[in-house]
Amino acid sequence: MARPRVYKTEAIVLKRINLGEADSIITLYTPNHGKIRAVAKGVRRLKSKLGGHLDLLTRSALLLAQGRNLDIITQSQSIESFLPLKSDLNRISCAFYVAELLDQFTAEEVENYPIYRLLNADLLWLCTARNSALVLRHFELQLLSHLGYQPELYHCLGCKSPLTPQRNLFSAISGGSFCPDCAGKEPVVRPISVDALKVMRFLLSNDHTSARRLRMRSDLSH
Amino acid sequence: MRIGFMPAAEPVSRLIEELGKLPGIGPKSAARLAYYLLRMPETEARSLAEAIIAVKDETVLCSSCQNIADSDPCAICTSEERHHNIICVVKEPLDLLALERTGRYKGLYHVLHGVLSPMDGIGPGDLKLKELMERIETGSVEEVILATNPNLEGEATAMYIQRLLSPLGLRVTRLARGLPVGGDLEYADEVTLTHALEGRQPM
Repeated sequence: MARPRVYKTEAIVLKRINLGEADSIITLYTPNHGKIRAVAKGVRRLKSKLGGHLDLLTRSALLLAQGRNLDIITQSQSIESFLPLKSDLNRISCAFYVAELLDQFTAEEVENYPIYRLLNADLLWLCTARNSALVLRHFELQLLSHLGYQPELYHCLGCKSPLTPQRNLFSAISGGSFCPDCAGKEPVVRPISVDALKVMRFLLSNDHTSARRLRMRSDLSH
Repeated sequence: MRIGFMPAAEPVSRLIEELGKLPGIGPKSAARLAYYLLRMPETEARSLAEAIIAVKDETVLCSSCQNIADSDPCAICTSEERHHNIICVVKEPLDLLALERTGRYKGLYHVLHGVLSPMDGIGPGDLKLKELMERIETGSVEEVILATNPNLEGEATAMYIQRLLSPLGLRVTRLARGLPVGGDLEYADEVTLTHALEGRQPM
């Protein structure tokens, strides 16, 4: 989407790389422009008016100006700093993982509003979640689905018949499940239990409001 | 690396190539610097060259605080005037210098040479954490001040160290976070303001 010379957007900060004396290149995930990278001048200075509003995993309202190469962040005001998330080491590491996954999975300037909503919702969920592994599995599956890689969990990829409640097999390469009869030709398959399949189906078809009520056996969370 | 079509003499082009490896120096500035050095008085050029060699030959990593120093253990670690029961943990030598400029801190330091940053592939094993734990277990340390940067990576590192130290039963403190001098309240973010309110002082 073409951007005007100066534009406003909301964004969640995914990554910061230092640039020069006190500047940073900031990777942002925005609702309407997808992932963008922008320069924040002077953010590493203690007195920077941008600094605290552009810390990692903060949702901010930004004003950006088009630069020659990267856009430049001129104003920022944080909306949600996900504070509970940042005061617990385990949650921080989960949030780092979410940010890294999203950064590696998406191309720049490809708009994807559902992913933005997912990111925001799951980070909020992570602030209060008792089982952070469940949030991560939800994020992974939903992210795959929004990017067009949703795994097939209802039918066998080989014979196309509906899966029966038995020990089926799952192939990450083919992106879906196989019944025991068809799995023979697949190079890398791993068995998947009926329960695991059900959890994956549930997480794929529900947003965080219903998914957070799920109680999962701990061996299923990895 | 050849710079455009400029026919430079071999030693000059070698110098240009070496200077070009420095951060923030492109091929043009490298060439300009090289010709400036060429016209410099011999003594000045020599003293620059000697300074470069000295910085590699005569500095060591202090085996105690991991700071870059001219002796091992370094002047701070051996000083009798400093309190040996307080250790201030910083990310890099430049942070140590900033704290030393205040002249108010009389304890010892420990330089981590980085912070935890999973996205850049930096884990606990890449920091000087093992050395810190050894120092604390063998010495008579009473307080550890965590002075990592007040951003997410710095906080994560501080929390990680706090978790490592908590079974040892010593005082672990974190530098106060609040409003910078000469700043403007209007531009402060909620996190900073929250910390500033929590840490308010009676006047």
